[in-house]
Amino acid sequence: MHNMENVHTSASEGHHEPSFNVKLIWRTFWILLIITVVELVMAIAYYETHFISKHLLNGLFVIGTLAKAFFIIAEFMHLRHEIRNLIMTIAIPAMLFIWFLAAFLWDGNSYKHLRNKYDPYHVQQDSIKAPVKEVEHEQGKKPGVE
Amino acid sequence: MAQTVPVGQKWWSGGKSPFNVEYGKLMMWYFLMSDAFTFGAFLISYGTIRFSSNSWPDPNFVFRSFPIIGEMHVPLAFVSLMTFILIMSSVTMVLAVGAGHNNDKKAVMKWMFFTILGGLAFLGCQAWEWTHLHHEGAWWGRNPFPNINGSESSTNFTNFFFTITGFHGFHVFSGVIINIIMLIMTWKGVFERRGHYLMIEKAGLYWHFVDLVWVFVFTCFYLL
Repeated sequence: MHNMENVHTSASEGHHEPSFNVKLIWRTFWILLIITVVELVMAIAYYETHFISKHLLNGLFVIGTLAKAFFIIAEFMHLRHEIRNLIMTIAIPAMLFIWFLAAFLWDGNSYKHLRNKYDPYHVQQDSIKAPVKEVEHEQGKKPGVE
Repeated sequence: MAQTVPVGQKWWSGGKSPFNVEYGKLMMWYFLMSDAFTFGAFLISYGTIRFSSNSWPDPNFVFRSFPIIGEMHVPLAFVSLMTFILIMSSVTMVLAVGAGHNNDKKAVMKWMFFTILGGLAFLGCQAWEWTHLHHEGAWWGRNPFPNINGSESSTNFTNFFFTITGFHGFHVFSGVIINIIMLIMTWKGVFERRGHYLMIEKAGLYWHFVDLVWVFVFTCFYLL
């Protein structure tokens, strides 16, 4: 049956992955490109017109990012075509990210609210306008080299 | 996929390869998992700091320059080009892996060459972007960009930006080195003698992972 040697020789004979499909690769490429272009158009449109709320837009960006991640992992990294055991040994530990994200972003948000509530100085700082600096073309002076 | 699994087959009863991939490829997957958590820790700490800040610089303002065209108000155009280069080089990498399945040495070399070229182009773009931001006064510990509401910003933005894109750029760099080694080994006929091009697949996994991380870096720094 499937002992190690069999897997090896079948790979060398080239029918390890008969599902390898150049068309599928290009289809994945177009999906990734279109999602990226749509994200960009939305970002620039928002910059010019503020057509929807920033939170909604961010939600759309996150959905687009997760979709792209799915296609890269599933098709380019070929995980979708591997056996279930391999998919699960990657997918299950990756679920830790759900906790990881939720816990830490929640913590950051909570810290912001606590600070705004108990530290009036901090709130005040946020309303002071920064002095207008000439950001572009500061030639002659190289920051970082002191 | 390839091996049709008989119904009720016991993968873990011994004598089989339960993940049905060769050792090196499985270990590459596990390494990439650990690397994903390293990047995850970086990006999530960035998110935590950003969630705890009342205001943050506007990426559309910070990343609005393009070489030669300069100050033409094309927000994000340059970084889109970088994204396109990286996706494109991912495609050529898959095509190299595909050529490896057919034991087509010439095609493997051709696609590996284009993948390396894409990686170098990306690194060049990143070098330009860093240089440009540095000229504008941005670096670790200094942030010339005001917050989006006009208030003075902390250095958190530039610290995270240079650390995370730097760490990603280092991955691209090591990926290019690995790909060059793979190209030389292919050229020398190492894989031809071995009878299979599985090493190209492992290098490919790493290269796609670098692309995958960029997708998240792109969203976190340039879009959100």
